[in-house]
Amino acid sequence: MWKTIVRRFLIMIPQLFVLSVIIFILAKFMPGDPFTGLITPETDPARIAELQEKAGLNDPWHIQYVRWVGNAIQGDLGLSYTYKRDVAALIGERALNTFWLSLLSVILLYLIAIPLGILAGRYQNSFLDKSIVFYSFVTYAIPTFVLSLVFLFIFGYQLHWFPTNGSVNIEHEAGSLSYYWDKFYHIILPSITYAILGTTGIIQYLRSEIIDAKSMDFVRTARSKGIPMRKVYSKHIFRNSLLPIAAFLGFTITGLLGGSIFIETIFGYPGMGQLFVSSISSRDYSVITALVMLFGFLALLGSLLSDIIMSIVDPRIRIE
Amino acid sequence: MAKKKYKKNKTYVNSPPTGIQVVFREFMKDRLALFSLVGLVAVIIGVFIWAFFFIDQDQLMRVSLRDKFAVPGDKFLLGADEGGKDIIGQIIVGAKNSLLIAISITIITGVFGVVVGLVCGYFGGWIDNMFMRIIDFFITVPSLMLIIVFVTVVPKYTVASFVLIMSLFLWTGTARLIRSKALSESKRDYIQASKTLGTNDFVIIVRELLPNLSSIIIVELTLNFAGNVGIETGLSYLGFGLPMSTPSLGTLVSNANNPLVLQQYWWVWLPASLFILIMMLGINYVGQALRRSADARQRLG
Repeated sequence: MWKTIVRRFLIMIPQLFVLSVIIFILAKFMPGDPFTGLITPETDPARIAELQEKAGLNDPWHIQYVRWVGNAIQGDLGLSYTYKRDVAALIGERALNTFWLSLLSVILLYLIAIPLGILAGRYQNSFLDKSIVFYSFVTYAIPTFVLSLVFLFIFGYQLHWFPTNGSVNIEHEAGSLSYYWDKFYHIILPSITYAILGTTGIIQYLRSEIIDAKSMDFVRTARSKGIPMRKVYSKHIFRNSLLPIAAFLGFTITGLLGGSIFIETIFGYPGMGQLFVSSISSRDYSVITALVMLFGFLALLGSLLSDIIMSIVDPRIRIE
Repeated sequence: MAKKKYKKNKTYVNSPPTGIQVVFREFMKDRLALFSLVGLVAVIIGVFIWAFFFIDQDQLMRVSLRDKFAVPGDKFLLGADEGGKDIIGQIIVGAKNSLLIAISITIITGVFGVVVGLVCGYFGGWIDNMFMRIIDFFITVPSLMLIIVFVTVVPKYTVASFVLIMSLFLWTGTARLIRSKALSESKRDYIQASKTLGTNDFVIIVRELLPNLSSIIIVELTLNFAGNVGIETGLSYLGFGLPMSTPSLGTLVSNANNPLVLQQYWWVWLPASLFILIMMLGINYVGQALRRSADARQRLG
């Protein structure tokens, strides 16, 4: 077990290295540099050149790269030039917002997907099953930004059920109960949107697992012992089929990260995805590089998590 | 009922149905899929004809402030946007662009992915190892973010560079699927027999392996096409897709980023969104029907 995990961690290192080189070189190619925004008609060009020299922007790229990695390992990701703040602190703040949004999304996703998958599998070919299959097909085909906009339009602007922007109203005092409630209130609509979009995989997997399990020997044995079908489902089939679902958690996290770019931008939610889009527009490349690396790392972590859960659940697939 | 059908066409009894027949039967069995296919083809042809012959793009993109946010009705069928530009014309031109982009990305990634997949699956060894490492890397990378970074970095940004950037990140899925299928297929007796006879590897791949994987490739390409429409419109929506001079369905939807437009001028963004939605549903539904006909266990017909 530990061997598997350590080995997977070792594979991650070269992947992260290649990713960091690519993103670093790309960032160097971005038009403008951190000081472009500071230039005003009165600025002395010599002063800008001096600043550039001091920041080491004139060094060859590999020296800059080594310096950047060295600082990043120590937790110093540089300075955001638009926010005039430490990148690590800025991302940390946004990451917390994204974390709460993702947490609620995952909970809702499983709450929707598991019952639907079970029902579809149990009552195969019924009207209910057909509607659930159709639902999962529609949510698979619909693009994230279309559903988000439609939901925002209907539930936010037309019905006024949910707030349409931000993560919390400023009138609430930080730390008070109403503050936390308001925060929660702001993430409901985005997480419902995400949960609906992400259910397809789990529903289809669970449905086919249950349909397969129905014709297994252990089910026939249970039936011939006289156990009622209801109990066979709850005690024998569901338990077997539900376990692998846990392994979807890792992929769900990876998917959430990609989706957060759209969902956070549309719902105006100040998380990492929105930070990424706004940093791209303002060419704030110390933030961009840090975010791409973080997302790459989290995606790798997600697939690792899936594999670990899978190998706990299903001992056959462990690496020997 | 079923017997009657078989009597009509005796070839069904004597020989197993060929690929085209299976697909045809699947679509006849699933009327919704047939409807999607016919509708989709009609929409695509209609969009192209309309966009190429009946729309003057210069006139369409001309700003006329008098018609700012004109209500749907007399002058414009679906109203006008902030610059007084006709919405329905923009949808048609945007759809044409989005479809063309998605088709070219699908073809590029399809050809590259299939070739890499076939070669890796058939030969194995170090070629396979090398490509699999590359593919593993691409799959774990946050590709959406990297596409966005690439788009902002490229100096002379055109439609062609957008297509190439997208293709760079999207060929891996196809390659991986085709590789795994080619791997199991090349263990089959008929390939082994061919090898023993001394047939050239290239001939085996093109004339024996490829035809046997064709149904999977068609399914994969159809589903990829749907995915590419989604990604292109999504990126254009965020402002990192097609250049501003080329209208896309995504850019039309991105008008909704302005809360005022989202709230009050629904005709600017909602029709384009629905158009994207319906296209995605249609292409995916056709893809699912094709997938069912490619897999004997799932067939309806």
